[in-house]
Amino acid sequence: MADKSAVGKTGKPFTMHVDWSKVREFARAIKDPNPLYFDQALAKKELGGVPVPVTFLQTSAFWTDETSSPGFGGFDLRRILHGEQEFEFFKPIFVGDTLTGVTKVADVLEKQGGRGGKMTLLITETEYTNQKGEKVALARATLIETGQAVKA
Amino acid sequence: MAAKLKFESVKVGDEIPKFEVKGVTRPDFVRYAGASGDFVPLHYDQTFVEAAGIPTVFAQGMYTAGLLSKALTDYVGIGNVRRFQVRFATRVWPGDVVICTGKVTNKVEKNGEKQIEGELSVLNQKGEPAIKGSFRAACA
Repeated sequence: MADKSAVGKTGKPFTMHVDWSKVREFARAIKDPNPLYFDQALAKKELGGVPVPVTFLQTSAFWTDETSSPGFGGFDLRRILHGEQEFEFFKPIFVGDTLTGVTKVADVLEKQGGRGGKMTLLITETEYTNQKGEKVALARATLIETGQAVKA
Repeated sequence: MAAKLKFESVKVGDEIPKFEVKGVTRPDFVRYAGASGDFVPLHYDQTFVEAAGIPTVFAQGMYTAGLLSKALTDYVGIGNVRRFQVRFATRVWPGDVVICTGKVTNKVEKNGEKQIEGELSVLNQKGEPAIKGSFRAACA
């Protein structure tokens, strides 16, 4: 069971290169044929570069390892559900950017759940900075640890 | 495309044009797993899910959220989303119809920018919510 002592813990910063192949693959996976993801000249003219899909920062999974995670203070990963996800954007992110991400435990809350009994909510925040040192985005995830193993 | 909505012409209550996927498939989930790096086996490994007492694989929440984000950027233009938030409700199963929609609930000026705020939802063919969410986006 996670507890409040995890709040404020941060993981090791990780690097994420924004690669055009991954952007194209991701846009196809979410069924978005918008030419701005596929036509470099058009994207450059309209936006100044090839943009990334709104939820593309999820691909940070390819750039992180256990050291980038702040350590979830005893969270049982077999009983974890992804409850909520939020992204805030402060500056554009383009193909070719090199981002640095740092994940921290923002909060740990206890809640009375329905089927699963007592739930613990773990809220993590990952802040992304680009190669110019500009803060570009914040990704906030709410993970739910249920009181017992999750069933369908 | 990237064109911003005109702030003056957007009204509170305006609806985001529906984006509907008529039957999501297991290959859709596999493709999203590869694209995103989310390899939780619940979404593609039938042997694994049956052993866990679940009848079949189901969609990654963030796959469905990705479809919803496409509905949003089709409306507000790519590059204009300032905030995107989703909360997961019922699971999405292979064959489900996924209906992404939303509406404008507020018009604001924030950080010197004209912006709209709104709610988002993904419903299945039974009208059950798979996702409830919200957004903020820049306008011209």
